[in-house]
Amino acid sequence: MNTLVRENRDTERAQSEQFIAPSASVVEAGDGYTLEVEMPGVNKDGLEISVENNELTIVGRRSRPGVEGKLIHRESRSENYRRAFELDPSIDADKITAKIDQGVVTLTLPKAEHVKPRKIAVS
Amino acid sequence: MSLIRYQPLEPMAWPSLERWSNLRDDLNSLLELPFWSSFSRHGQLFGGWSPALDLYQDKDNIVAVVELPGMRKEDIEISLHDGTLTISGERKSETSNGEKAERTERYIGRFRRSITLPTRVDANKIGATYRDGIVTVTLPKAEEAKPKQIEVK
Repeated sequence: MNTLVRENRDTERAQSEQFIAPSASVVEAGDGYTLEVEMPGVNKDGLEISVENNELTIVGRRSRPGVEGKLIHRESRSENYRRAFELDPSIDADKITAKIDQGVVTLTLPKAEHVKPRKIAVS
Repeated sequence: MSLIRYQPLEPMAWPSLERWSNLRDDLNSLLELPFWSSFSRHGQLFGGWSPALDLYQDKDNIVAVVELPGMRKEDIEISLHDGTLTISGERKSETSNGEKAERTERYIGRFRRSITLPTRVDANKIGATYRDGIVTVTLPKAEEAKPKQIEVK
């Protein structure tokens, strides 16, 4: 029962577009998971999150503010972001919520009611 | 003295890099032993956080663009000293008790990036914005560093 939100690396990419895999953190709390994905340069409009066959896919497209001038030093990458995770069966996919704030996507993945720990009152 | 043949860098192809990132994940999972986890959890085993920095230049300004996702504006420090721009700060952990980190790739802690600017800038007119996890620092060039057109009489 200790499986986490597992990363799916073997997903066949039909698209020819190149993506980079953003950094992510997964935290488990009692009643679900929180997944944080770093996508600097992406705002709400550039974010696509989908669940298909128990696979959660997050795609982030950058909308860089145009900077005037000539690029004289570069470390950033221009590719968009994409990462896929296999969802633990305990997660209720219909109740996943997402927000993006300052380039970090936060997904809340609640566990389905029937798998939540519950206390049984002794009568 | 031995001479080493110059080898131009291959343009970076993502698939090969991804293999490295997978390898790093695999290493991380190997290292999820109690002793190592305290290192890998904070990313320090792999050198900490070095945010990507781009530099632009036009005739009036130098603009530095730094990727710093998930910061609070007040935790970002920008300073200029002897023509070197430094961006530093701290990202704080938001994990509270009763939560268990399953996978931690996001860096928590202090970071510092410095870059030497190609021309002198006017330290009093530096401006910065923070949007979509990207800090944009605009540094107006000092008057003497701006290109000048000399008129021929």
